[in-house]
Amino acid sequence: MYTTELQKTAKVASTEDPDKLAAFEARVAADEFIEPKDWMPEAYRRTLTRQISQHAHSEIVGMLPEGNWITRAPSLRRKAILLAKVQDEAGHGLYLYSAAETLGTSREEMIEALHSGKAKYSTIFNYPTLTWADIGAIGWLVDGAAIMNQVPLQRTSYGPYARAMVRVCKEESFHQRQGYEIMMAMAAGTADQKRMAQDALNRWWWPSLMMFGPPDENSPNTAQSMRWRIKRETNDELRQKFVDITVPQAGALGLTVPDPALGWNEARGHYDFGEIDWEEFYSVVRGEGPVARERMQARREAWEQGAWVREAAAAHAEKHSRKQEAA
Amino acid sequence: MSSDWPLWEVFIRAKGGLSHRHVGSVHAPDSEIALRHARDTYTRRMEGVSLWVVRSADIVASDPSDDAAMFDPAADKVYRHPTFYTIPDDVKHI
Ligand SMILES: [Fe+2]
Ligand SMILES: [Fe+2]
Repeated sequence: MYTTELQKTAKVASTEDPDKLAAFEARVAADEFIEPKDWMPEAYRRTLTRQISQHAHSEIVGMLPEGNWITRAPSLRRKAILLAKVQDEAGHGLYLYSAAETLGTSREEMIEALHSGKAKYSTIFNYPTLTWADIGAIGWLVDGAAIMNQVPLQRTSYGPYARAMVRVCKEESFHQRQGYEIMMAMAAGTADQKRMAQDALNRWWWPSLMMFGPPDENSPNTAQSMRWRIKRETNDELRQKFVDITVPQAGALGLTVPDPALGWNEARGHYDFGEIDWEEFYSVVRGEGPVARERMQARREAWEQGAWVREAAAAHAEKHSRKQEAA
Repeated sequence: MSSDWPLWEVFIRAKGGLSHRHVGSVHAPDSEIALRHARDTYTRRMEGVSLWVVRSADIVASDPSDDAAMFDPAADKVYRHPTFYTIPDDVKHI
């Protein structure tokens, strides 16, 4: 979800040493963790580098839709909370970049890939945040979906990724709760506020379901990722879980999930839900999201405008180390 | 060649009496900024009372492919453990 996993092939090259490969497969099957200096097939390294860096990019770009509301938060309390949440997302991005770097790709390469538009990030962040209720809906639904995806990743087979996920998951639950609290306040407020809350749910519901990625039958690498314990549950399994826990939460708010096909299926013990517009999903993946261009422009500007700080810090370090050598 | 700032490994002492424990890494041009970044990145919720940062390049690690040579010699030295020795039940405090 925070990753789009649309690469063509994660096939193991036939040039891999079969003994090493067999030993690796056995370790992973026994739920052992793989650490940076351990031998691993190139396809495993590639898949993880892509997944972890996309996840990192999503945390970083994910600061933009919410950062946009920090100065307009309706109270000092809400502002302090939103600031802390956005700062956490920066932290998540940093944990994840560090984890990805242990696989041999530099931070600089990853950031360049993001800024040049080569790297992907979660489609959800290419939708605009139009009203304050959107900040509620994001915390509740987007962070909710993120938690659903990240909890099983705490046991993903690559040690540094799993450890980063443990830290992230500890921090996420406040994100979801503060969002739901905003929704509660809006839903119990004036008629206009309730309308805003319903409108935010209407706009964020389907994009949130898309966060879990393409349906399993169009997710050709899921089997490989499950076998390598990179992934622990399939896209459709996680999406169903999310629907099952979120629908009653919408009910508690007195809001309506914008899906006429939604209904409890007694036989399955799950909610049935309507068809997702996958055309929309793929077009956002291709970079056609409503605010995709603004997002990337904001990232590049932040990077360029911060250049003097990076240069000054480097110059200071350089000068200081020369002084120490001289002493 | 990357122009990234050097990488530093971050260690936190969660509370007095415990050892510092590795938590992750940060990029920084010098030790002072490394400490500040480590503070902002890894201790936003009172995770610790003390921080260490060490340049990643200064850490010397054993090679996992030498695991056997490194660690197996300890495997057959069971006499290093107290349970190796049988002492009669009626002998106390030993
Ligand atoms: Fe996050
Ligand atoms: Fe979050």
